[in-house]
Amino acid sequence: MVASLDQTFRDQWGYVLAALIGFLGDFDLAEEAAQEAFAIAAERWPREGTPSNPRAWLMTTARNRAVDRIRRDRTLAVKTRLLDTPEAAEDVVDDATFPDERLELVFTCCHPALDTEAQVALTLRTLGGLTTEEIARAFLVPEATMAQRLVRAKRKIEAAGIPFRVPDDHLLPDRLAAVLAVVYLIFNEGYGGRGDLAAEAIRLGRSLAELMPDEPEVHGLLAMMLLLDARREARFSDGELVLLADQDRSLWDAERIAEGRAVLDRALALRGRGPYVLQAAIASLHADEPRDWAEIAALYGELARITGSPVVELSRAVAVAEAEGPEAGLAIVDSLELDDYRYLHATRADLLGRLRRLEEARSAYARALALVHDDAERRLLERKLAELT
Amino acid sequence: MKYMLLIHQGTTPTPRDPEAWGRLSEDEQKSVFAAYQKLNENPNVTPGLQMGEPETATTVRVEDGRTLTTDGPFVELKEAVGGYLFFEADDLDAAIELAAGIPAASMGGAIEIRPLVEW
Repeated sequence: MVASLDQTFRDQWGYVLAALIGFLGDFDLAEEAAQEAFAIAAERWPREGTPSNPRAWLMTTARNRAVDRIRRDRTLAVKTRLLDTPEAAEDVVDDATFPDERLELVFTCCHPALDTEAQVALTLRTLGGLTTEEIARAFLVPEATMAQRLVRAKRKIEAAGIPFRVPDDHLLPDRLAAVLAVVYLIFNEGYGGRGDLAAEAIRLGRSLAELMPDEPEVHGLLAMMLLLDARREARFSDGELVLLADQDRSLWDAERIAEGRAVLDRALALRGRGPYVLQAAIASLHADEPRDWAEIAALYGELARITGSPVVELSRAVAVAEAEGPEAGLAIVDSLELDDYRYLHATRADLLGRLRRLEEARSAYARALALVHDDAERRLLERKLAELT
Repeated sequence: MKYMLLIHQGTTPTPRDPEAWGRLSEDEQKSVFAAYQKLNENPNVTPGLQMGEPETATTVRVEDGRTLTTDGPFVELKEAVGGYLFFEADDLDAAIELAAGIPAASMGGAIEIRPLVEW
């Protein structure tokens, strides 16, 4: 029962907090009131049973707590919008009284006037419902540091007048890109091994897709995350990194791949052709056997044109090497200015090895090894170097 | 909300430096004037007074009771504040939009938005 109560809390936290912030116009007050309501629920629900509408119960309780707090401390009331509203009713109101303001909350948390670390922390805390301690653990920083980061961010939102609303149409593309970047960053942290963050990013992605059903890039990001996450179990074997080509496909999550592809279809139906949609399409092609390398190379080409990223060009080089041979791939690699990028040297080493240019391959592996800092990646490169004969 | 916008000219050409200013086309010069005129006509903008060049600044510190003065601004010359204005807006988004329309923002300088504390 405890697990399911936890789940209910996680599912409801974002809704309740967003509605309270919208209603109170104050992050801290809203968070305290929400926390109080959840604590009361944790104490009462196991004894008295879960109410038929948990969200409405939590919102009503939290709102009443906030009102009580304001009554106790009249000076606070000056700061809130509550003065203009009638006294809160004591009975349970229905959902309709509280609009779903999670989207407003997302755009506030991912406002470009906050630094990226703060955006990530706030999004996980408010929308994701993670505790400060959980976020700190996920990002390997002391809890006090994370708490300080959150306090500072909330203070800035209030002091600088960062709005709690969905941006106007002319600002939306940039702001949406910032929101998606935060979710992608959380996913990437998880992809590096901390699976709980990847799961959290997917959960956030699902919420965004629900809140912005007509934005192709939102679906593109969700599709990409699902398709990449589907290969999670196969990416490591006994702690060793396994490259896509060597992965045990029976470990792939077929259900996730199917879901990812369905979400991708939705993005394509919305005529999406942005960076996330393209990356999802590429991830989908990578899940095929045999892989259509020419098509993958073409999509990387399109992605490189949009993003102007040499890292994407490097991926294109790998696809071109498969479609047209290692020499064609190497020509692209050698045209890139990415000298400090370990994957450039690892890719060069691999292509040179296939061309039997072993001395050059060895020195390229050495260069990659000098730049690597992840242990699993290091061992993979060392294995590759040893196999080079 | 009330905001103060601090204008850092950076490398922005201004009429005070005729040589740099002269390198702008006539259209570019006109659009700078037009942008400032638009700012001054905005009813929510309170323009600042004109500040002398950062080169004319004097910086004062007191150490052990002694007043120490140095020639120049507190920060690097090119980072010094070149002008300011006040803006009354609903929220930061409106202030960001106004700031983006100030010529220095797109011509080699930057605008710092500071909320004013209201009691």
